[in-house]
Amino acid sequence: MMVGMTELSLSTPPAVPVRAPAGREGALSSAMAAPDARGRFGEHGGRYVPESLIPACQEVEAAFRAAWADPEFRRDLDRLLAVHAGRPTPVTPAWRLSAELGVTLLLKREDLAHTGSHKINNVLGQALLAHRMGKTRLIAETGAGQHGVATATAAALLGLRATVFMGSRDIERQALNVFRMKMLGAEVVPVDSGSRTLKDACTEALRHWVGTVSDSYYCVGSVMGPHPYPWMVREFQRVIGDEARAQVAAELTTGTPEYVVACIGGGSNAAGTFAGFVDTPAKLIGVEAEGGAAITSGLPGVLHGFRSYVLQDADGQIGEAHSIAAGLDYPGIGPEHAHLHDLRRATYVTVNDEEVVAAVHRLARTEGIFAALESSHALAWIIRAAGTGELPPGATVLMTLSGRGDKDISALMEIL
Amino acid sequence: MTTVDTLTTPGRLETALRTAGRKLLVPYVTGGLTDNWTDFIAAYEQAGADAVEIGLPFSDPMIDGSVIQQASDVALARGTTVASILADVAKLRPGIPLVAMTYYNLVQRRGLAVFCAALAEAGISGLIVPDAPLEEAGDLAAAAGQHGVELVRLAAPSTPPARLTEIAERSRGFIYAISLMGTTGVRAELAATAGQLAADLKARTDMPVILGLGISTPEHAAEASRYADGVVIASRIMREVLDGATPAEVGAWLATVRTALDA
Ligand SMILES: Cc1ncc(COP(=O)(O)O)c(C=O)c1O
Repeated sequence: MMVGMTELSLSTPPAVPVRAPAGREGALSSAMAAPDARGRFGEHGGRYVPESLIPACQEVEAAFRAAWADPEFRRDLDRLLAVHAGRPTPVTPAWRLSAELGVTLLLKREDLAHTGSHKINNVLGQALLAHRMGKTRLIAETGAGQHGVATATAAALLGLRATVFMGSRDIERQALNVFRMKMLGAEVVPVDSGSRTLKDACTEALRHWVGTVSDSYYCVGSVMGPHPYPWMVREFQRVIGDEARAQVAAELTTGTPEYVVACIGGGSNAAGTFAGFVDTPAKLIGVEAEGGAAITSGLPGVLHGFRSYVLQDADGQIGEAHSIAAGLDYPGIGPEHAHLHDLRRATYVTVNDEEVVAAVHRLARTEGIFAALESSHALAWIIRAAGTGELPPGATVLMTLSGRGDKDISALMEIL
Repeated sequence: MTTVDTLTTPGRLETALRTAGRKLLVPYVTGGLTDNWTDFIAAYEQAGADAVEIGLPFSDPMIDGSVIQQASDVALARGTTVASILADVAKLRPGIPLVAMTYYNLVQRRGLAVFCAALAEAGISGLIVPDAPLEEAGDLAAAAGQHGVELVRLAAPSTPPARLTEIAERSRGFIYAISLMGTTGVRAELAATAGQLAADLKARTDMPVILGLGISTPEHAAEASRYADGVVIASRIMREVLDGATPAEVGAWLATVRTALDA
């Protein structure tokens, strides 16, 4: 039920429904099944939050379970994804770059979703849920500002207030998105603690939530946080993988790609993408920033309410991530990725800032697409791997292009 | 929750608090905050503290407001580690029990059993881990029990009745009643939620119930002790210490809290 929104007739099915191919729902590989009752994906996940927040997490979990099983909620969300966010997003064959690299590269174009990244998929789901729960305000953390902009957008759309926590260092380097959030009516709160980036914004948002649970909903921006967030956000993002699965089948004679590649900050665009292909033979590759590589350089730990791999020192003090891409500047990784790594079902690799900037250029010049620095991590690995032969000649590759690069213009102007 | 707590008889912390015969005063100090940080423990004891809570600083303290965050950052910037704090503590022979407060990541990094053994060896009786709620604390409770460390559980104003009962049953040492829905910090008034939570807990158990968070004046302490068995005072003291207060100065202020509690 969408109180006061009947004029949008949200219950009408979307014009172009793209859902999981028939018969596949529920038949997914157990590698990306729902977490157990305690929110565990293997050894990871859980709910490591102060007692004060336990009832709030339980309330979100119960509301999500009910909503996700409710056809009316699913219809409302599909409708919003179609008419507001512009889904489905296309899959674009990267013709010239494919020829240069000697592989077949397909791009899932989340940069074309409203607000310029995949973050809107998750936010529309959570904002609808918050609305259904009777909450009047959204709280969010943001790194690159894309999740903050998406949250501000959904709040405006549903008549909710929004407060976005953002590290003061990120406020400097993502000024455009700060302005967008304010234009959309959101309050942006600078966070001056720690590394003044995404990690600290998350901690501050959690602290703030403790004091405001009665009217506020914490809209987590990636597959992280306490149970049920990692699972819920993956479910809201699986639209990427489900759409791509059907779209790629039409592009490739093999039906499914041999490689599925996505960048990883917390891991939501990757989780949503992988969810569509985990039951195929495709190799799943998650690309982290070299300076924020939780799986490559981290140890098991607990941060922001969940157990996963985390950059930390011998005492357990959290390390500071360093990346040119504010959205990947996070010392942890979503718990389901930690589990996929433990299972060896997905592989996690890293690229450095230089490779990323080169990849931004390369895609712009060969395909006429200006990708976000975050998304360009995925491309940077593909370019490198095609060069080294790690991606064999002729390989079919689906890459999720998670967002557009407009927000990075000033950062790039500084480097160039 | 599946593991059994092995500590079944009251430990040193609980025994001391039960036999104090007065309202309980538990001041806090961030371990390694200053060169002379252990002098605060001595000053607290002299001022009439019944136990001392020692913060093992964490880089990302989720339930702490700006004062404890700042104290933690200062301590860590001085090179403070869990080992350095425990080495400092091991040299003390306080007449009152000590309780460590830290976050789960520090505990799990060393290993639950190794961490608890190290606390016990340093002479620390209790442990508070605010981000290990019932569902996540089973293994830790078992490890703590094996090493004679009393794992103090926390209850919040938002905790529903059935959980309060379980928290009361599982807690060792005392029950930490979080007085308000928020983070640690100096507050103008005692939260309205404090009294009800303390009363709800007292109705369930004879385990000492101690209110903490936001208790900032002798008046707050006196009022809180009408509902609960005592108070934890943290941010108010750490604010003063960050501003340069000496152990003697903080001790003198704490003595006024002692007086208010005894009145
Ligand atoms: C365009 C873009 N891609 C990726 C990310 C990283 O998030 P995630 O790993 O959750 O997809 C962000 C985060 O800000 C982003 O803005």
